[in-house]
Amino acid sequence: MPAMLRNLAQRLGMMAHSFDGGIHPSDHKLGAGLHSEPCPLSPVHILPMKMHIGEACLPLVAVGDRVLRGQKIARSEGYVSVPVHASTSGRVVRIEEYAIPHPSGMGMPSIIIESDGDDASDDSLEPITDWRNTDPALLRERARMCGLAGLGGAVFPTFIKLVQDSRFPIETVVLNGIECEPWLTTDHRLMLEYADEILTGLAIIMHMVNTDSAIIAIEDNKSDAAEAIEQALALRDDLEGARVVLLPTRYPQGSEKQLIYSLTGREVPAGKLPMHIGMLCQNVATARALYRAVVRAEPLTERLVTVSGDAMPRPANLHVRIGTPMRYVFAQQGLTDFEDVRILHGGPMMGELLRHPDVPVVKSTNGMLAMLEASFMGGHTQEQACIRCGHCSEACPAGLVPNLLADQCRSDQFEKAESYDLFDCIECGACSYVCPSNIPLVHYFRYGKGQIAQQRREKSFAEASRLRSEAREMRIERENQARAARRSSVRKTHAPAAESTAKTDAAGDSAADKTDEGSKD
Amino acid sequence: MTGLLYALLSLGTFALLAGIVLAVAQKVFYVEGDPMVDKIDALLPQTQCGQCGYPGCKPYATAVASEGEEVNHCVPGGERTMLAIADLMGVEPKAVEQEAAAPMLAFVREDECIGCTLCIKACPVDAIIGAPKQYHTVLADHCTGCELCVEPCPVDCIDMLVKPELIEHWSWPLPETRRSRLGHERREHHAGHA
Amino acid sequence: MLVMLSSPHMHGGDSLRMMMLTVILALLPAAAVSVYLFGWLAVLLILVCMLSCLATEAVCLKLMGKSLTTLLDNSAALTGLLLALTLPALTPWWMAVVGSIFAIVLGKQVYGGLGYNIFNPALSARVILLISFPLQMTTWIIPMSAATPVVNLYDLSTCLTLFFAGPDALKLGLDAISMASPLGHVKTEWTLGVPVADALAHYHYSYLGAFLGTEAGSIGETSVLALLIGGVFLMARHSITWHIPFSYLATVAVLAALFSGIDPDHFAPPMFHLFAGGLMLCAFFMATDPVSSPVTPTGQIVFGIGCGVLTWSIRSFGGYPEGAMFSVLLMNCAVPLIDHYFRPRVYGHESGRKS
Repeated sequence: MPAMLRNLAQRLGMMAHSFDGGIHPSDHKLGAGLHSEPCPLSPVHILPMKMHIGEACLPLVAVGDRVLRGQKIARSEGYVSVPVHASTSGRVVRIEEYAIPHPSGMGMPSIIIESDGDDASDDSLEPITDWRNTDPALLRERARMCGLAGLGGAVFPTFIKLVQDSRFPIETVVLNGIECEPWLTTDHRLMLEYADEILTGLAIIMHMVNTDSAIIAIEDNKSDAAEAIEQALALRDDLEGARVVLLPTRYPQGSEKQLIYSLTGREVPAGKLPMHIGMLCQNVATARALYRAVVRAEPLTERLVTVSGDAMPRPANLHVRIGTPMRYVFAQQGLTDFEDVRILHGGPMMGELLRHPDVPVVKSTNGMLAMLEASFMGGHTQEQACIRCGHCSEACPAGLVPNLLADQCRSDQFEKAESYDLFDCIECGACSYVCPSNIPLVHYFRYGKGQIAQQRREKSFAEASRLRSEAREMRIERENQARAARRSSVRKTHAPAAESTAKTDAAGDSAADKTDEGSKD
Repeated sequence: MTGLLYALLSLGTFALLAGIVLAVAQKVFYVEGDPMVDKIDALLPQTQCGQCGYPGCKPYATAVASEGEEVNHCVPGGERTMLAIADLMGVEPKAVEQEAAAPMLAFVREDECIGCTLCIKACPVDAIIGAPKQYHTVLADHCTGCELCVEPCPVDCIDMLVKPELIEHWSWPLPETRRSRLGHERREHHAGHA
Repeated sequence: MLVMLSSPHMHGGDSLRMMMLTVILALLPAAAVSVYLFGWLAVLLILVCMLSCLATEAVCLKLMGKSLTTLLDNSAALTGLLLALTLPALTPWWMAVVGSIFAIVLGKQVYGGLGYNIFNPALSARVILLISFPLQMTTWIIPMSAATPVVNLYDLSTCLTLFFAGPDALKLGLDAISMASPLGHVKTEWTLGVPVADALAHYHYSYLGAFLGTEAGSIGETSVLALLIGGVFLMARHSITWHIPFSYLATVAVLAALFSGIDPDHFAPPMFHLFAGGLMLCAFFMATDPVSSPVTPTGQIVFGIGCGVLTWSIRSFGGYPEGAMFSVLLMNCAVPLIDHYFRPRVYGHESGRKS
């Protein structure tokens, strides 16, 4: 149906809201019917100092220390940060840079723990069973303390969003069970198997932000999960205001902004957050982790991971300890030879291509996919000229014109790209998916965004340097004047010894000056 | 004859009016100072390294703005800065003489430092701290990598290290596409730049 | 080491080759009708155009040091077919070759190849030919003359002679086999002061004939039915969207209806406009050429309206009887501007557009 007619129908309330654009990739949900199972304990765990969006942590333990499962081993530096916990008991063997799942292939300082096999837990945290009568601020501190970060893949520290702000009261909590990425089945399995835990998590969130309205959004290809949630909901009497909404399957339905539009017909204004329009989105896995942190006093040391892909001998949904080497997890499911296999961290639409499996499972690992090299991208890797067919702009859920943007990024016209709203791109990949010329559009956007960010960094560094340099020149000027004044007074008294002391004084002064300034900046 | 007269008169009046308008405009829109120097200075990387032959970024900016100095002398700024200045000045871009090296960072080997304060005085951005007879330290966050502190050190205890690349600052390179195989060159929008 | 690749790591499977092939398939009904109407002449014309386009493309690629695999994207073949379908049946072989070279070299490769051309290559070549050889380009053979006693176009040798040596070799006067196109006829009569309705009556114009393809015209543009089938096929295959054809045709129809309602003696009725000349071919196959048309739906509607206004104006007031080709080319120039001003509203932004 033409977009204009659809919009009109939506406005008139004749049709459910639906975000613009989007695609229907084949979903390959091999793991949808596979019951989740625990992954055996790996002998080594690698815990990077940053598994969330924000500032990195600093180690609290030293090499040789014995740690327990759930013990805080690194404290957060700065506000946008959550601590890191040991995911099993054992000994810290090394603290060094280790490769993490990142497209650059770069590393990150990590704490490496050799497990002792006991898997003994740190029981210092007290469960909060009576959370209904607990101050939300305490619960928020618990969420921070337990290392909770958005488990849908963005890993933004959860506690930051769980706040009551009188300027932006939360009207509705959206529990995101969309999972629109192909192949991934973790949220699906969680909803089927842990509906009650998820709902308790939701109730805690609603208590924390003081609202009684919630929507549990699920795509209609997971109607069994919706049923499970409905059934669990019917058995509870504390979630009157929560309802399940089944949305049509369309990628990227699970993207926060698109989801909010599909549910309410309202858009999150550019540069704003959902809370500015009274919405709060949390992933179902995060809700469950919050339940575990609050009611069972369990820090985030384990998560459900979809292990799948067309090169995977035994696809599965595994509860994997955070820090487990991916090579170990793949080996559990029968994949040991990585020749002609490409490994993806996350789903195929937004996940990262990894260079090797020697990286740990981190908090954002919702999937580990092993793809056959031969069938990768269906052979659509040869970039051809853009014929401006406009399919990308049709597919773009953000309303951008990807082909023009890519042209601007490619030719370094960054100001123009910004004026064409480059930063409104959510990097969902719908444009690259539909491009008949196989243009890696998202790659160009990431290049452009990276270059702009770098230019901004350089600019602010240059500005700071300029200010320091000007301040220094002014200081030297001042000192010279002072020295000249002193010299003239010295000349009057004809005492050469005094001059040399004055000089040393001046040097000392300047150094002291500098120290002051350094600490100020 | 009268036709010619009319033409001369009308043109003359028009010219006079235009002249008055211009004169008024010059008074009304008069700009204090020389903003060009500041504009160029804002484009420079502010390393104050002196590799351009001037004692700092501002003096070079002044030279470019008022003394007709070439736009391609800023080494750390590299091609991007050259193009930006050429664009601002409306002159032809010129090839940069020296490739910009990777960003560097000064590092004082503290056990060798004798605390002479000479590097402190040399640093154009006050990025070295320390007192006489005390170890000196480079503030990594403020060091511009200009190397001006290396020369004055009497015991050669300052090393220039490559600035470590942070994973947060990593950015995607252009895709290694098959574009070159197709014979497409990356399209340069800067005309005249060869 | 692996090449650094950004997500997505999945592809929908669309390819340039298939898109171009789809358009070629969509043109097959029109090509079939042309063969039925003009016999071997149409076959020869289509073959010569397609082959010379491919050969020119190959030479260009070779000269620019590009890989010849680009030929496989089918775009040169499509250009050749499109060009052939816009030519009159009596186009001599060398003119077809020259046109094909124009299309590939001046229409496409000088801009940097596929994707960079401002104008539709086939259309620009067609206009260059029209301006360079006005007589040959407006000499229309009588359709259905294939089986007339004057000349048998189903006979290969006759057609080979006609195509390579011209009508003179068969001692045929042009008058014997040619006629004016409906648009040309109406325009000539109108300048003589004959009302449109009378002009059409003199011409024995039949709407049904125009719909099926038996009125005079270029080989591929006569049959509205065949072109509609192709257009619907393209839309069904998602190769084009409804925006450009609909807004283009609707604009022409509305303008024609309005003005013929006011002054039926001077302005032709909407049906005549819609069925006549190259309008259908242009609306479904030329104006929708993705490279030279706007990217966004709103832009496409603006583009279509612009084409419609220009086509109707040129036909009604211009020196040429047919304006569809000129108007598409003119609107091609405006595409960068349209693309800039008619971008879709970005999520989370007010509809106001900063420049």
